[in-house]
Amino acid sequence: MTIKTLISHPMESGQRKDKKTGEAIPRKIINKFAATFNGEPVFMANIEPSVSANPYIEFQMRVPESGSVRFEWTDDDGSVYDLEKKITVA
Amino acid sequence: MTVTRREALGLAVGGAAALTTLRFTAPAFAAGNAVEDAILEFTGGATPGSGDITIGAPEIAENGNTVPIEVSAPGAASIMLLAAGNPSPGVATFHFSALSGAQEAKTRIRLAKTQDIIAVAKMQDGSAITTKRSVKVTIGGCGG
Repeated sequence: MTIKTLISHPMESGQRKDKKTGEAIPRKIINKFAATFNGEPVFMANIEPSVSANPYIEFQMRVPESGSVRFEWTDDDGSVYDLEKKITVA
Repeated sequence: MTVTRREALGLAVGGAAALTTLRFTAPAFAAGNAVEDAILEFTGGATPGSGDITIGAPEIAENGNTVPIEVSAPGAASIMLLAAGNPSPGVATFHFSALSGAQEAKTRIRLAKTQDIIAVAKMQDGSAITTKRSVKVTIGGCGG
């Protein structure tokens, strides 16, 4: 099955300058995304500043049985945003 | 030592020309190296060959801030995406596992200008393959 993920995040690249002060705006991005199913790794992505704001990631996943899929987005500041969804195989 | 006016002018022009050449070639050279370095680091020193790897991207991206990209390499353990013309070429590296339904992924990326997108896949048998695709960008996505 196809999994589509989207997280709301500015993905500040570290390349932009503050228009008033001329100082570089520090980088702050989601640098890692990981998906697991019942604790087993499914898909992982290392992300660089070239990925757009509100990073969208789509990938394919096998679902051998019912269970829960967990998504984790890791921020440059160390925060981890996670989401868990149950999948029932009928 | 005496320098005539003619010699002094010649020196000055020569110096300026040398400086200009340096200024124009140095960043291009650095970017080329960054791409090559990133590929070699990813493959563990091997130069990737060609194979079953494809990049899906629009031929012309009107807005460089968000360009849809998809990459697929059946049998890959991981795929690295690079944007050769961005200030820093790294885009993303995708890692697959036994639960991955297919060795493919889609995302949306920033492109500073018209450039080549490069994908390198590390296969499950340890070999590496690569492909590239050119994307024209109307409005660059790194400004501000």
